[in-house]
Amino acid sequence: MIEIRDIDKWYGTTQVLRACSTSVAKGEVVVVCGPSGSGKSTLIKCVNGLEPFQNGEITVDGVPVGDRGTNLSKLRARIGMVFQNFELYPHMTVTANICLAQEKVLGRSKAEAEAKAAGLLSRVGLSEHARKHPGQLSGGQQQRVAIARALAMDPIAMLFDEPTSALDPEMINEVLEVMVELAQEGMTMMVVTHEMGFARKVADRVVFMDKGEIVEDAEKDAFFGTPRSDRAQQFLSKILHHI
Amino acid sequence: MAFDFGVIFDSLPFLAEGLALSFLLTLLAAAGGIVLAVILALMRLSGYTALALISAAYVNFFRSMPLILVIFWFFFLVPLLIGRPVGGFYSALIAFTLFEAAYYSEIIRAGIQSVSRGQVAAGYATGLTYGQTMRFIVLPQAFRNMTPVLLTQGIVLFQDTSLVFVVALRDFMTATTIVARNEGRLIEMYLFAAAVYFVICFSGSLYVRRLQGKFAR
Repeated sequence: MIEIRDIDKWYGTTQVLRACSTSVAKGEVVVVCGPSGSGKSTLIKCVNGLEPFQNGEITVDGVPVGDRGTNLSKLRARIGMVFQNFELYPHMTVTANICLAQEKVLGRSKAEAEAKAAGLLSRVGLSEHARKHPGQLSGGQQQRVAIARALAMDPIAMLFDEPTSALDPEMINEVLEVMVELAQEGMTMMVVTHEMGFARKVADRVVFMDKGEIVEDAEKDAFFGTPRSDRAQQFLSKILHHI
Repeated sequence: MAFDFGVIFDSLPFLAEGLALSFLLTLLAAAGGIVLAVILALMRLSGYTALALISAAYVNFFRSMPLILVIFWFFFLVPLLIGRPVGGFYSALIAFTLFEAAYYSEIIRAGIQSVSRGQVAAGYATGLTYGQTMRFIVLPQAFRNMTPVLLTQGIVLFQDTSLVFVVALRDFMTATTIVARNEGRLIEMYLFAAAVYFVICFSGSLYVRRLQGKFAR
């Protein structure tokens, strides 16, 4: 579904991604972890072309992301993305947030879009908040709306960029639960996160990045059992230490 | 010398006509100026060097010109080019619109930049195009953020409309002057004019301050 081959990316003269290659098969859940500044967020943003890259190739469902001829808007409409800071539109109601792209991009009618929104809101447990503005919701609720907004487009894959990093600890689980459910339903997911509990529970593979490189790319059990690299071992010991 | 404010009441319809023209010019020039300013601001932020340069040149040029000179161009020079008079009203309206656009575009540019890049990314990520993202996500938030500043600029524009006496347009200020001269009541009329401008502009400012308070929450 998602093929990433030899991606190099520079900001000016600083190289932030070095020969990154990995893939996400249909129905697979891949967790990307690593210390901050390791390039994991940048990599996931390359997948839907929010960040340009200089070398290498990424294809999603066979469509090359970096190609000049690719209609990026069309491709992005098929890939859901959830951001660290939710990025709900503050001037619109929760329902309008979920309906905007359905109507403007997919051409659904208002009624269709609203029905879809209502269904998804009930699924993420937020039906009673449909008419509120994002500012009236907690972080966890906002992030669940953001997930509903992405799902409303019937995506073929979902990208999560540190979806729980901006949340207060007591709200992390309500978001992770929605993600676990999605994973169990067979959604193709690429998830940048430090939540190793989530990775253990639903990931098929774990990708570990450091300093712009993919250091380890292994089946979940292999990764948590015996990470081959020192850097991954150090990282795991640090973040698993306080659990 | 006794003051006679009765002269004001006698000429109220005449003065009201002048005030209506001042408001009309302000509203039309503000509306036209904002539309042009959005285009200029988007050009400036487009990332295309040529477009950004044209926009920057426009803004810097008009910000370096006295407004009255711009009005004169359209009244005296443009008719030489196109072979027929533009007329006082249209000279003034075009001049104000072009001139205000330069100031508005800087306000709007700041307003657009005040909307976080993450919002743009969120729009793109759902498949919206650049134009759709601007129209539905960025500009509504930008306008909300910059409404107070735009209104303040509108108040300045309202005061500036008093310059149209140079092209023989009868705005509020000109109407006041005519009455003052005809009736020989300069002091009363100019005090009255000051009072009217003060009430309008000050209540405008108070409204802006209330809006700011509301938006700050």
